[in-house]
This record gives sequence, structure tokens and C-alpha cells, in this order.
Amino acid sequence: MNDLIHHPLEEQAILFIAALVIFSSFLMLAQKRLASLVNVFAWQGLLLALATALSAHTQQSPHLYFSAGLNLTLKAMLIPWMLSRLIVKLDMHREIEILLYPSITLTAAASLVLFSYYVVLPIEHLSTLATRNAIAVSLGVILLGMLLMVTRRQAIAHVVGFMAIENGLFFAAVSATSGMPMVVEMGIAFDVLVAAIIFGVFFFHISSSIDSLDVDRLNRLSENES
Amino acid sequence: MIALYVLICIPLAGMVLQARLGDSRAAGSWNVRINALSFVAALWLAIEISNQGPTSTHGGEFRVDAFNVYLVLLTAFIGLTTSIFSAPYMENERVHGRVTAKRLRLYHSMYQGFMLAMYLVLTTNNMGFLWVAMEGATLATVLLVSLYRTPESIEAAWKYFILCGVGIAQALFGTVLLYFAAGQTGDPATASLQWSVLFAHAHALNPQVMSLAFVFLLVGYGTKIGLVPLHNWLPDAHSEGPTPMSAILSGLLLNDALYAVVRCKMLVDGSTGTQMAGYLMMGFGLLSFLVAALFLHRQKDIKRLYSYSSIEHMGIMTFAFGLGGPLATFAALMHMTVHSLTKSAIFVTVGHAAQVAKTQQLEHIRGLIKTQPAIGWGLLIGTMAIAGFPPFGVFTSEFLVLTATMQQYPWLTPLLLLGIVIAFSGLFHHIQPVVYGAVPDGQMPVEANLWPVAAHLLLVLWMGLAIPGVLSHWFEQATQTIAGSLPL
Repeated sequence: MNDLIHHPLEEQAILFIAALVIFSSFLMLAQKRLASLVNVFAWQGLLLALATALSAHTQQSPHLYFSAGLNLTLKAMLIPWMLSRLIVKLDMHREIEILLYPSITLTAAASLVLFSYYVVLPIEHLSTLATRNAIAVSLGVILLGMLLMVTRRQAIAHVVGFMAIENGLFFAAVSATSGMPMVVEMGIAFDVLVAAIIFGVFFFHISSSIDSLDVDRLNRLSENES
Repeated sequence: MIALYVLICIPLAGMVLQARLGDSRAAGSWNVRINALSFVAALWLAIEISNQGPTSTHGGEFRVDAFNVYLVLLTAFIGLTTSIFSAPYMENERVHGRVTAKRLRLYHSMYQGFMLAMYLVLTTNNMGFLWVAMEGATLATVLLVSLYRTPESIEAAWKYFILCGVGIAQALFGTVLLYFAAGQTGDPATASLQWSVLFAHAHALNPQVMSLAFVFLLVGYGTKIGLVPLHNWLPDAHSEGPTPMSAILSGLLLNDALYAVVRCKMLVDGSTGTQMAGYLMMGFGLLSFLVAALFLHRQKDIKRLYSYSSIEHMGIMTFAFGLGGPLATFAALMHMTVHSLTKSAIFVTVGHAAQVAKTQQLEHIRGLIKTQPAIGWGLLIGTMAIAGFPPFGVFTSEFLVLTATMQQYPWLTPLLLLGIVIAFSGLFHHIQPVVYGAVPDGQMPVEANLWPVAAHLLLVLWMGLAIPGVLSHWFEQATQTIAGSLPL
């Protein structure tokens, strides 16, 4: 901890944002209403864009500003907007999901974060970049996104989990490598956008085929029944 | 390298064209024409590469060498023959009202989109862009799996999308770690995602980071290969989509995902200097092989049956690449080719068989050889080829894998032999009555174009008797780059 105060202000700020990002992942796990889940997701996107802009400032790399802007429009505005519109359209904004074992879920989430710190130990010793804690945090965000998908039954919550995983990946790219090459970043953004659109199409298919978006009811194909 | 640009532009143009015209009666034959053009471009590229050796584009964003050139050619060939099968098949589906005009447009456009993604995966030199193209292939095919809009197909597509999306996210994390390792060497020249640059400086990359990256890359792309226990999406996606999709998913997508893993393994091996990556691949490969062989026995749907057979064969290939010696690598490269050819031929035949019997349930498809001999024989010969009967190519490559195993890890040989026997009995236990049984009422022959099947199976037979010179030269060169020395 003594180490921390010797870092310049920007780095401390990025670490602080990293803490907020992982906190928002925990918040998502605890949300009962879909609309507030999407809101938290939008906040996480905003935090990521902020962190990216800050590292762009400290590292003097203009192309990170661009990815910050891309992330802001896509993850903090466009996708949350699409999702909340879908929630209204499918008349689900009042629905409250019953979380099974919330305390166990959150304990599992905490252990996953510890686990990701353990996994990235060899990298942390290596890193010459200031934001080395951030790699562990981003792996944590990825794992918590998966946990969100495992614990929820609503298809929209699955999509939010999926996009939160993308957030973690983006954070890893920014913090570990000061951003991927431009062409790759554009490609990833394009894929995410197309994925979001296809998810939107899917919601209508699923809700028209099983009359709800509860993916637990998608259970016709399995090896056990045959 | 003009050939390469042409090869990429053709499916791109085809995608746009088919998005407008895909519902016309001529769309199927246009699909064939576009794929034929791509095949010509791929041939052109192959001739260029065999004259000049490995070539990169200016700036090094694309790179073609012996390892990917034969896969490009294979991709273009299977894309072409499957489109020949697809034209009357989709026409039949349209006549029976199973697809609407809008969905036909989607189908034809995304067929080209998928081919484009496959060519990009194979030819790109940038590990990041490889990921983008691989995800693009998922996005292109996911709506095709749910083309019929039955509850089952929507469930399969959802599973495919979520599992592959989450799986492949792990691969992106691995790619980030790769880039991180490249940036840590202290030499600004290596800070790149280009495979050729990373391969040249592999020894300078930090082994710990690279091992960690490989775990993520293997899990990520392994989901696409269908390695057990990440295989859950594969039988569903293959069985619920239209049959031409099953043929190209099984024949092309799985291969290309394996290709990506092997490229990553080459980088990791150069960095760590240990067998770590190889052991992981052997473990996953062997597990997939044995589990899929057992699951073959309890299938009730003919397309699911052959999907499990695909998992089984991808397991053998992953295992062989994991063994890593020159002989095993040569065998794996050959197995990739013969498996793709045989499996897509089988799916084409199965598609016709399902139209003959009007069901995919194994217990209701009977006596094909009496109803329509061409389909019955096609299915029987294809199944014999895939089960590894001599003189087909699958026998040769499996034999080589066994030989390599006996040299390197003799105690694993019984497991492999056992798996081959279990898979063989699983396949024939189901297929024998399908081909020879008593014909049920109302089973009528359909119009079928079986020359793609014949072409594929003849090629597999040819490769079993004598590998063509050009091909064996490419295999040897690729083995040299992957394993470091020539076989034999």
C-alpha cells in the first residue's frame, strides 16, 4: 500500500476506476430487475470509457482516445438503449426475477476475483505498465460475466452477461497492452455490434416460440431424454 | 498476391449480391457460380504459392504458406460442391414451404458471408484479426441454424451463439495476453500481433505468459473445434440447421478452428521449449475422441450421429497435433483433408436421405438402398470411409497416427484402438438397417445430384491409394514448419 501513494495521480485514478468496474460487476449480479441490470451495465461501459481516456492521456497515445469514444457510444449508449427498448417492447420492465441463493452467488463471485488475482500473478510481476492490477480486475470481470450468465434464466440477462465479458476483454486490452492494433479493435467493435443486433432478432424468435424469454424452457435438445 | 485479393473480394461481392437476389429462382445457381469463381481464385493462389513458396502481402497483414494454402483450396472446393448440392435442396425446401423468400435471401447471403470469414481466418497473418474473422463466422451461421424457426432450431441456435460467443471470448483474452507478451520483450520490433513476427521472435516471449495465453486460446478455439467438454453446441447446431450448413460447418469451420489452435501452439512451443501445449492438446483430443465414440451408440437422429463422428475425428486430429512429431503432424494434416471431404459428402447424402424418408429419426429411415440405390450406396461407402476402412484416405491417416503413437507413447495405443472399434460399431449398428432394412410405406425417391458425393469419395480413395504429388509436397512443407523436421 505504501507503494501506491508514490504513483502519479492518473495511475491512482485508473486503479480507482478499476475498483469501480469490478464493483459494478458485483452490482449486476445482485440486480433483480432487468431494467436496472441494463442501467448498471451502461454505467460499467461509461467507467471503461473513462479509464481508457485516462490511459490515453497518461500514455500519450491518441488512438486510445478513439477506442474510448467507440466504447462510449457502443457499450454505454447504443447497446443499453437497444436492450432497454427491447425490454419495454417485450413488456418485461416490471418483471422481477427471483435470484436463487444470492449470498452463495456473491460469495462465489468474490472467490472468482481472488482466483483471477492468483492466475495473473506471473503477469503482475512482469508488467512495466502502471495499471497492472487492472489485468486481474479484467479477468475478474470476465469471470463474473460468466457467473451472471450461469445464474440467470432470462435471455436478456444472458446478453448483458455476454456484453460484460466483452467489457472485461476490452479492459484487459487497454490495461495490459495499451490497446490492440487499430484494425483489430475496429473488427471487435463490429462483431459486438452485429452480435447485439442478432441478439435482438433472437429475443423475438424465442419469445414467439416459447412465449417467454426464460431460457430454462429451452430444453428440448438434450442427450438425457433420448 | 492479386489472387488472394480476388479470393476475398468474390465472396464479399457475392454476399451483397445475394442479399438482394437471394430469393429468386436463379439464386441457387448464382451461389454455385460465385463459389466456382472463388475456387478458380483459390487454384490461382495455390499455383502461385507452389511456384514462389510462402508469400506475404505488403505490410504483412496476410500471409499464405504451405500450411494454409491447402486449407484454402479445400475450403473453396467443399464450398463449391456443397453449393451444387444446396441449389436443388433449398429449391425443394422452398417448394415444400419450409423457408420464406426473406429467409432464402438470408441463407444465400450468409453462405457467402461464411465463406468470406473462412478465407479470412485462413489467410490472415494477424492473430487479432483471426479472432475477429472466427467470430464473424459464428455470426454468419447463427441465424442459419435457426432458419426453419422450429422451437428446436431456435434452441440450437441460441446454444450455439451463447456457448461459442463465451468460448471464443476466452480466445480473445488469450490473444490479449499474446500481445502483452509481445510488448514485454523490450524490442519494439516484436510488439505486433502478426503471426510471422511473433514466430520469428518466439524464443524472446515470456514463457509463463505464453503458457497462460495458450490455455485461454485452446479453451476458446477448442469450443469451436467441439472438444469435449466444450462440445455441447455442436450436435444441436449441426442437426437443426439446413443440411448444406451442416456440411460446411463440419467440413470447414471445425478445421479452421483447429488451424488457429495449431498456429498458437507453434508460437507457444517456440517460447516455452516444453511439451506443455502438446500435452494439453493430447489430453483434450483423446477425451473428445473416446467420449464422442461412446455417444455415437445412443443417437436417434441421423445428423446428430454424424456430428458426434465429427467430434471424434477432431479429437484424433487434436491428439495428433499434440503428439507433435513429424509423422503425427503429417498424419493430422492429411486427416484434416480426408475428414472434411468424407464428412461433407456424408452430410450431402444424409440430407437427401432425410428428404427421401421425410424425417431425420434413424428408426424411421429404412431400406435406402432399395428406395434409391444411389443414396443408399453413397451413405454406405461414405460411412465405410469415415469409419476408417482401407483403402480410403481416413484409414491411411489413422494408421499413421497409430504408428506415431506407438513410437512416442506406446501405452496410449490400446486406448486409440479401442476408440476406433467403439466408433465403428456405433456407426454400423445404426447405419446397417438404414441402408438394408425393410422399406417403410410412402418412402419415395427424390431428385438428387450425387456427383459432389462421388467426387469427394473418389478423392478420398485417391488419397488413400497414393497422395497426389503437389499435396504431399505441401504436407511435407507444412510438417517442416510445424514440427521442425520432415516425416520419414
